[in-house]
Amino acid sequence: MSLLIGSFTIGLILSLLALGIFISFRIFDFPDITAEGSFTFGAATAASLIIVGVNPLLASLIAFFAGMVAGSVTGFIHTRFKINPLLAGILVMTALYSVNLHVMGKSNIPLLNETTVFTWVENFAVRISGADAKSTLLGWEVRTKDLWLLSFCMTAIIGFCVLLWWFFKTNIGTAMRATGDNDQMIRALGVNTKAMIIIGVAISNGFIALSGAMLAQYQGFADVQMGIGMMVWGLASVIIGEAIINDSSVGFVIMGAVVGSVLFRLLVAIALRWGLNPNDLKIITAFFVFIALILPGILKRRRKMTLKRDDNA
Amino acid sequence: MLKIENIKKTFNPGTINEVHALRGVSLEIEEGSFVCILGTNGSGKSTALNAAAGNFVVDEGKIILDDIDITNWSEHRRAKYIGRVFQNPFSGTAPNMSIQENLALAMKRGKKRGLGWGLPGSLIEQFKQIVSPLNMGLEDRLENPIGKLSGGQRQALTLLMSTVIKPKLLLLDEHTAALDPKTASKVLDLTQQVITRDNLTTLMVTHSMQQAVKLGDRILMMHQGRVVFDFKGEERKRLKINDLLSMFDELRRKDNFDPTLASFLVDNYV
Ligand SMILES: Nc1ncnc2c1ncn2[C@@H]1O[C@H](COP(=O)(O)OP(=O)(O)O)[C@@H](O)[C@H]1O
Ligand SMILES: [Mg+2]
Repeated sequence: MSLLIGSFTIGLILSLLALGIFISFRIFDFPDITAEGSFTFGAATAASLIIVGVNPLLASLIAFFAGMVAGSVTGFIHTRFKINPLLAGILVMTALYSVNLHVMGKSNIPLLNETTVFTWVENFAVRISGADAKSTLLGWEVRTKDLWLLSFCMTAIIGFCVLLWWFFKTNIGTAMRATGDNDQMIRALGVNTKAMIIIGVAISNGFIALSGAMLAQYQGFADVQMGIGMMVWGLASVIIGEAIINDSSVGFVIMGAVVGSVLFRLLVAIALRWGLNPNDLKIITAFFVFIALILPGILKRRRKMTLKRDDNA
Repeated sequence: MLKIENIKKTFNPGTINEVHALRGVSLEIEEGSFVCILGTNGSGKSTALNAAAGNFVVDEGKIILDDIDITNWSEHRRAKYIGRVFQNPFSGTAPNMSIQENLALAMKRGKKRGLGWGLPGSLIEQFKQIVSPLNMGLEDRLENPIGKLSGGQRQALTLLMSTVIKPKLLLLDEHTAALDPKTASKVLDLTQQVITRDNLTTLMVTHSMQQAVKLGDRILMMHQGRVVFDFKGEERKRLKINDLLSMFDELRRKDNFDPTLASFLVDNYV
């Protein structure tokens, strides 16, 4: 059970990544692989700041902005030089690999003995209910501390979701959604679509970097490799969310990304528990996203074929 | 109002796909006038409208709107003054957003878009009043995605959206060409109503000579990147469809006449 709570918490932390992928991939239809670099960039920035004694909350905020900078570079080289989005992302992702090594100074920064956002929550939990307190959840005995961490993450994520939902309902956020939907139309209505893409991809990578920063603090280290595969991971979360919450309005899609992320993490935890080789995780994730991407097309064709058959009959 | 001075545009210059789409177009349009543009396929009508709207920067020439030189302005900046309806009924609306969101976006044309609420409740009543004259029942479906509507409905909405904030210049590019005849005539009636109501300065490209003769107060004919005929005032009032038809025929006959042969004849026999 405590394994599941841990997975749940990580799922929530990674839902920030899913929200970022949702912005680039679903709002702008921009397959932004910068994510793999900015996830590590966020972790690297936060970890390096924390070990020199910067307030972990401030460090996480700076990580968010670092991600925004990375994203705006991708957005800029895509819009300014008409470089295809995937290639623009690959360039920035590759460049970030060096940046991350410079920021960290080595390939791994341990944070186990540092004060992170989560040590604050833990200390708070200990003060409230004691160091080894246990609670029962659905009949299982779990550490109260873990529940506190979970609740903290859940509150934070709900806050971020509300913030994002509000943003996409504002005038500028609506214009951003329209940019992804029909850029010709929204330009004719006076919107600088290039600026929209740059800001949007920046916000997307801000969330992704924050996700990396939080994960580093939760698991107790930042590693220069930790971004690998994260884009597909985020995609899988978004796709699962869409399948579960079948509603295309902004609020529901945002919720879907979070639910998808948590669910996906839980599924993976269970599969690993049942003996899935961790080395196979990425290929399975990739295969899963592949299926999810082609499935709607196949279903549509099937439906058309049955319709045609009905017509003929 | 709108002054276009000798604009030129060549697509793909220096390649085998080089096209001289505009070979020097000059125009002056008075405030409140409704100009119809006719012309053969590929004569540069759309390119002329796109040049005015700022889809690209012209190679040469000047575009002046209301005494402001907008020649080098970006498209989104010009949109403050220009309303547009495209030929493709899907081009003018965001399909996955609701009718009311699309209208709200249009209400902000050329204005600053900040962190204010995008769809204030106070607008909804106004939107109902805007769409109910269409008699399409859209006032009860404002929350539906616009992509679920028919091409004609979307084109009618695009027209309303482009004029809900009064533009200095309205550009219509064969905006009824993709619609079935009945819907086309509805959208055309609406167009005329809106233009008359707001006394809009309009440039309308059309493929239909009937439309051109019926609507507007001036007719331009384009051919091979130039304005070859320009009828206004009394001359325009006397113009009949047959006159336009014979002009088209004449242009076609000239086209069939091989220009290399012509220069050969001129060089050797004149
Ligand atoms: N973006 C473009 N790139 C290349 N060629 C273009 C472009 N737009 C128009 N053209 C060419 O310019 C010429 C004029 O096109 P257009 O203005 O669309 O004609 P029409 O009078 O039928 O609207 C055509 O030969 C067309 O192929
Ligand atoms: Mg055209």
